Amino acid sequence: MAQRAFGRRLLFVLPVLIFVAAAVAFWLGLAGDRRPDSIPSALLDKPAPAFDLPAVEGLGVPGLKTADLAGQVTVVNLWASWCLPCKVEHPLLVALSREAGVRLVGIDYKDKPADARAFLAGLGNPFAAVGADADGRAGIEWGISGVPETFILDAAGVVRFRWVGPLNEVDLRDKILPLLRSLQ
Amino acid sequence: MIPEFGHYALVLAMVVALLQGSLPLWGAARGDQRLIAVARPAALLQLLLILLAFAALTWSHVVSDFTVANVVANSHSTKPLLYKISGVWGNHEGSLVLWVLILAIFGAAVALFGGNLPASLRARVIGVQGLIALGFLAFLVFTSNPFLRLELPPPDGNDLNPLLQDPGLAFHPPLLYLGYVGFSLVFAFAVAALLEGKVDAAWARWVRPWTLAAWTALTGGIALGSWWAYYELGWGGWWFWDPVENVSLIPWLCGTALLHSALVVEKRDALKVWTVLLAILAFSASLIGTFVVRSGVLTSVHAFAVDPERGVFILVLLFIAIGGSLVLFALRAPALKGGGIFAPVSREGGLLLNNLLLATAAATVFVGTLYPLFLELATGEKVSVGPPFFDKTFVPLAIPLLLVMGLGPFLPWKRADLGALLPRLALAGLGLVAAALVTALLLGGPVMAVVFLGLAAYLFLAALSELAERIRLFRGPWGESWNRLRGLPRAALGTTLAHAGLALAIAGMTASSAFKVESVIFAAPGETLSVADYQIRFEGVDRRQGPNYTADSATLTVLADGTEIATLRPERRLYSVQQRLTTEAAIRTTGLGDLYTVLGEPQPDGRWTLRLYWEPLVPWIWIGALLMATGGVVSLSDRRLRVGVARRRQAVAAE
Amino acid sequence: MKRLLLVCLLLLSLPARAVEPDEMLSDPALEARARALSQVVRCVVCQNESIDSSGAGIARDLRRLIRERLLAGDSDQQVLDYLVVRYGSFVLLEPPLEPATWLLWAASPLVLLLGSIGLVVMLRRRRALLPAAPLNADEQQRLARLLDGEAP
Repeated sequence: MAQRAFGRRLLFVLPVLIFVAAAVAFWLGLAGDRRPDSIPSALLDKPAPAFDLPAVEGLGVPGLKTADLAGQVTVVNLWASWCLPCKVEHPLLVALSREAGVRLVGIDYKDKPADARAFLAGLGNPFAAVGADADGRAGIEWGISGVPETFILDAAGVVRFRWVGPLNEVDLRDKILPLLRSLQ
Repeated sequence: MIPEFGHYALVLAMVVALLQGSLPLWGAARGDQRLIAVARPAALLQLLLILLAFAALTWSHVVSDFTVANVVANSHSTKPLLYKISGVWGNHEGSLVLWVLILAIFGAAVALFGGNLPASLRARVIGVQGLIALGFLAFLVFTSNPFLRLELPPPDGNDLNPLLQDPGLAFHPPLLYLGYVGFSLVFAFAVAALLEGKVDAAWARWVRPWTLAAWTALTGGIALGSWWAYYELGWGGWWFWDPVENVSLIPWLCGTALLHSALVVEKRDALKVWTVLLAILAFSASLIGTFVVRSGVLTSVHAFAVDPERGVFILVLLFIAIGGSLVLFALRAPALKGGGIFAPVSREGGLLLNNLLLATAAATVFVGTLYPLFLELATGEKVSVGPPFFDKTFVPLAIPLLLVMGLGPFLPWKRADLGALLPRLALAGLGLVAAALVTALLLGGPVMAVVFLGLAAYLFLAALSELAERIRLFRGPWGESWNRLRGLPRAALGTTLAHAGLALAIAGMTASSAFKVESVIFAAPGETLSVADYQIRFEGVDRRQGPNYTADSATLTVLADGTEIATLRPERRLYSVQQRLTTEAAIRTTGLGDLYTVLGEPQPDGRWTLRLYWEPLVPWIWIGALLMATGGVVSLSDRRLRVGVARRRQAVAAE
Repeated sequence: MKRLLLVCLLLLSLPARAVEPDEMLSDPALEARARALSQVVRCVVCQNESIDSSGAGIARDLRRLIRERLLAGDSDQQVLDYLVVRYGSFVLLEPPLEPATWLLWAASPLVLLLGSIGLVVMLRRRRALLPAAPLNADEQQRLARLLDGEAP
């Protein structure tokens, strides 16, 4: 009899418990650096995707393909001349390219060669190589949802990190540079 | 001055809410009549104050007072008057003012019309309403002040999102809030009952009209939103299982279950604990919905204000309101004594099954909507839960539900003889088979269409059969049937209308999903295209100027069998202030379906993309929903629902 | 910053608006498969839309990609797998059945099962209290006599 009463009591407490679980989840869901609309990369800890892009016409640096990404720690940045946040983050990329042991390459997403050249002429070209992804197919291979996005690959050509959106100084200093150093 | 006046009114209302939420409850606990008597005037005063605040905000919008930040953010001098008014609630702050206004209206309604409630119960109900109002008013006053002023008023405002400048969407929030907030009153009744320690048939009798009113409004609000999405968003869809849509569906499912289980409490004095829990859950679902829409915790096309700080405030509110009431439930509910005994096959049993299925449906939508959040927090993995999931888990639940809905009204209380009942469903059963066969063989439809069109026919005929039996249609003289119809308890007529309405809506949903015809082509002016049984002649595209937009307006002549039957003008509009593009579909509605036309992109060679759809039976969805809401209103007009305890015996005798 | 990113994406979204005639395949069976697949693939830059109904540039690219894969002879599952490799399961509007989602798929049947069991248990308890059958005429007479205070 007492057992049944206890079981019954438990049943009455169940709604509160379920609610508390939901409320805790909501609370955590409101936490500051969670972005409901950014997705983790499916490429993490996998080798770089297959792609082969020609150089941007008249730019003076070579194009980019998968094989180029092995042999050295590489930072791959997807950008476009029509993209405002790309303009904002570009000086940070220029600074990054001067770091020792960092090879910075770019993929120019859905862009026109003349516009790309003008963009880099104005803001500086930090890229050792830039692949021209005119139809956006390479972007899909990288699983991007827009530009800019930045990937870090280790010396074996395995994707180790993805950053969605423009880089900023704080995250560059606290997340990216330490990771680059640890990979080298 | 007026905005300040409105602001002051809000703050005063908050103070009144504090008094309203504390003194009557304290008085009821102590048996102090003077404190109990505070309830009614407090509720009325609060309504007055919030009306003033709402009027002040509306005034500011209507006269385009651009010193008020809310007006700047959401209005423009060239915006048509209707949307200046509806723009008041087309934003976060203003919609909250609407919310507390409706809360105050319901509280005042209990104060004015709750004369036949025992004083302490009435005081407790008004007190709980006051507490809820306090929470939302505090939210308004401290984080979402609609009356914030700008020091330097800009020359003009930012205009309202063009998607919201639409008659359907203008009325969608008020109806929806009438529903959500209506459930707050039922919640208040449930909490009051738990505080009193007593749930009886009389309580259920008082709860039912408010539940009906809230449910009717919510049905209308959801249907209106769905209808708007259908004609505005450009490809004829009417439900997307978007998180914000889902959080409006959950209270509706809970409310429907509550309507039915309250019946069992009223008639048979059983299912008390479950009914009280449902009453709490329905409003809790509304509150969670408010949270989801305004906190940005889930992505949605609907998301209002993505502001985690506000989210925290609402979450605290949720914690107090829902957590508090559920703790109260855990403590007090076990003491509620159950009553009536019944056999499994009986009306009670049928209603229990109905509740089981509706509760499972609500849980399914709840889990499906929140799972991505939970999973991400637990493991960091992101998944999407979209329409395919709900199609596989929610839709099948409708099958047993529709079956039991058809049978339910035939079942007597306490004990039923199924063998004797089934022949009465013969016509309905025939309808099921006929519709299923037609769909399968003549129309070649998919399995789901066969099943659901069959069930829709079954339910429709079952509802009508039951009514026909009650009024002895075809069994006696017409006059007698007519008299019986007029003397019928309104609640019974309401049931028939609501069930038949749902059947129509389901038929519409099924047919438009399964048999939709689409034609997307490039068309040059002068070309004739075809979709379903229509020929559409594309006459050309003109430029046209609207009050706050410019439009490319296409002219399409619709022909059937060579004769012109209509001209349709789909448009693409560019709203100048926000530089937003919207498409306005042109729709020709007939009893059998919609011809839905959309003007797409212009092509460089002078051609245009045209999207032409034939949506069979789609109007039945809206008509069905309207019928359901009508059923609710008809039920509400039943005099018995307004009868209090003292006159219950008379009413019972009249049944 | 997030807003600027959205601006970039919005700029991408103006030109196309859901499926365009020039994307469609000439083979109706393949096109039907493409449309069906598009309806279960999530537009990764939108708020909860499928690529079939989205106007975003990426949605258009993904629609084209699906058609290319179909033309190359992929099965429906292979097309979806191709996208999942690149975007993760997030891109599928129907969550795959895997350990992480067992609870999700099980929720509905579980609630139904537990609720049914609870219902049956409750009904059994009540049935024990229910009289076996209504009284017949004889029994009714006896009851009437009892109530009147007479011997049964």
